[in-house]
Amino acid sequence: MKILALVSILLCGGVLLYVTDYFPVWGDPASPASLHISPHYIQGSLKDTAVPNIVTAVLADYRGYDTMFETSVILAAGIACFFILRVSSNRRPDAKLYRHIPTGITLRIEKGGREPLGSTEFERIDFDWVPYDLIINMTCRLVVPFIQLFALYVIAHGHHSPGGGFQGGVIFGAAIILFAIANNLRQTVQMMSEKISALLSAFGVIVYVGTGAVCLMLGGNFLDYAALSPVLGVDAVHARSLGIFIVEMGVGIAVTAVMVWIYYNLSSAGRQDEGL
Amino acid sequence: MTMDAFTTFVISKYNYWAVVVLIMIGLYAMIAKQNLVKKIIGMNIFQTAIILFYVSSGAKSGGATIPIILNAHGEDGIPVRAMDYINPLPHVLMLTAIVVSVATLGVALSLVLKIYNQYGTLEEDEIRLKIQKEAYKSLH
Amino acid sequence: MIWQLDLIILAFVIICGAGAIAVKDLLGAGILFGAYSFMMCLLWAIMGAVDVAFTEASVGAGVSTVFFVAAVFRTSRRTKD
Repeated sequence: MKILALVSILLCGGVLLYVTDYFPVWGDPASPASLHISPHYIQGSLKDTAVPNIVTAVLADYRGYDTMFETSVILAAGIACFFILRVSSNRRPDAKLYRHIPTGITLRIEKGGREPLGSTEFERIDFDWVPYDLIINMTCRLVVPFIQLFALYVIAHGHHSPGGGFQGGVIFGAAIILFAIANNLRQTVQMMSEKISALLSAFGVIVYVGTGAVCLMLGGNFLDYAALSPVLGVDAVHARSLGIFIVEMGVGIAVTAVMVWIYYNLSSAGRQDEGL
Repeated sequence: MTMDAFTTFVISKYNYWAVVVLIMIGLYAMIAKQNLVKKIIGMNIFQTAIILFYVSSGAKSGGATIPIILNAHGEDGIPVRAMDYINPLPHVLMLTAIVVSVATLGVALSLVLKIYNQYGTLEEDEIRLKIQKEAYKSLH
Repeated sequence: MIWQLDLIILAFVIICGAGAIAVKDLLGAGILFGAYSFMMCLLWAIMGAVDVAFTEASVGAGVSTVFFVAAVFRTSRRTKD
C-alpha cells in the first residue's frame, strides 16, 4: 500500500510541477488574479463603505452571502458534534471518586452506592486528578479577563485593523477553554451551560440572517445595508459601515459558542462530567 | 534546458514547488498511514497547503503594502490606486476556508472518538479485522 | 517579501509537516501540527496577508491544537506507524 501510494504521489507531483511552468511569476503585479475585479474592490471600499480594512469590507459587504453560509456551516459542525458524541447524563457512570479533604483519602463509589452529596468534607474529583497548583490557577485567573477584553477589541476594530468577527470569536472561545483546562470542566459547565452555548450559536446566525431580512423588509435587496439608513439615522455609506459591524458581532457570538460547545463534547467524550 | 530556462522554471517559482511538496505530503498521509488521527493531520496539511497557494497568488512585489487603506482617518480626496495594495480577494476566500477547515476538524475528531468507543483501537487494519469478524459471527 | 526569510520559513514548514506525520506518538504529532500552523501563520504575515495570518494563529495554533490534544487524551496515545 505504501509503495503504491508513493508511486502515485510521485506521478501526481510530477504532473503538477510540470504545469507550474504556465503559472505567473510570484509577485507579478500584472498577474490575472489582480486584474479583473480586485481593483474595483480596492478603489471602492473606502468610498462605498467607509471601512479602511478592505478584507473586512469585501467579506461582510461585497461577499456577504458567503460569510452568512460560512457561519451556518460552523453552526452545523457544532450540531453534528453534539449529535455524534453526546450521551445522556441520566446514565450513571460506572464509578465516581470522592476525596476526603481533611485526611486526603480517596473513596471510590461504585454504581448503586451511596454518594456523599452535599457534604462539606468530601469533594468530587476526576480520574486524572492532580493536586491544586497555585501557579496555574493564579495565572489563569489573572490572564483570562485580559484575553476576553482583547477578543472584544479585535471584534470591534475589524474596520481599521486586521481582525473582525471570526478572529475575535475564536479568541473569546479560547479564553473560556483556558478556564476549563485550568479548573474543572464541571465548574465551567455550571458557568456557561451547554444549553446557553447552543442557544447563543443559533442566535449569532439569526443576527446575521435577520439583518439581511430587515434590509429586505425596508425595501432594499437582501443584505443591502444601505436600506438600513432610515432606521439608523445616518447616510447610506455609514449605514453600510454599521451594518458590517452588526453582522460581525453576530459572527463573533456564533463562533464563540460553537468553539466552546465542541470543546465540551470532545474533551469529555460526550459525558460532560470529566474533562482535560 | 538552458540555464536561463532552468532559472525561470525553478528559482523564480520556488513557492509553487514548496506548495506542491506540501500537497504531496498531505496526500501521502491520507492514503498510506494506517492511524486515523494521522489521516486527519494529513487532511489538515493538505488544506493549509492549498490556502498557501491561493494567498501566494495574491502577493505583489515592488512596494505594495497590506490591504488596509492608509490615511483613512484624515482628509478625503486622496486617490486610492490599486497597484499600491496587494490583492485582497484571495484573503477573503481563504478566511472562509480556514474556518471551514476547523469545523471539519471538529466533526472528524468526534467521529474518531466514536470509532474508538466502538472498536477499542484506532488502526485501520485492526478495525477492518474486527468488522469482518462481526460480520462473520452474525452470518453463522 | 525578503526571500531569504521566506526560504528558511518554508524549509521549517516542510520539516514540521513531514515530522507531524512521521512521529509515532500522537501527542507529539498534535504538538508538531501546532508548530506547523504557527510557521504557516508567519509565512502569510510575511506575504502581507495579515487577516489570514491572524485567523490561522488563533484557529490553527490555538483551538485546533486543543481539539487534537483533547481527542488524543480520550483515545490512545501510541500508534504503530
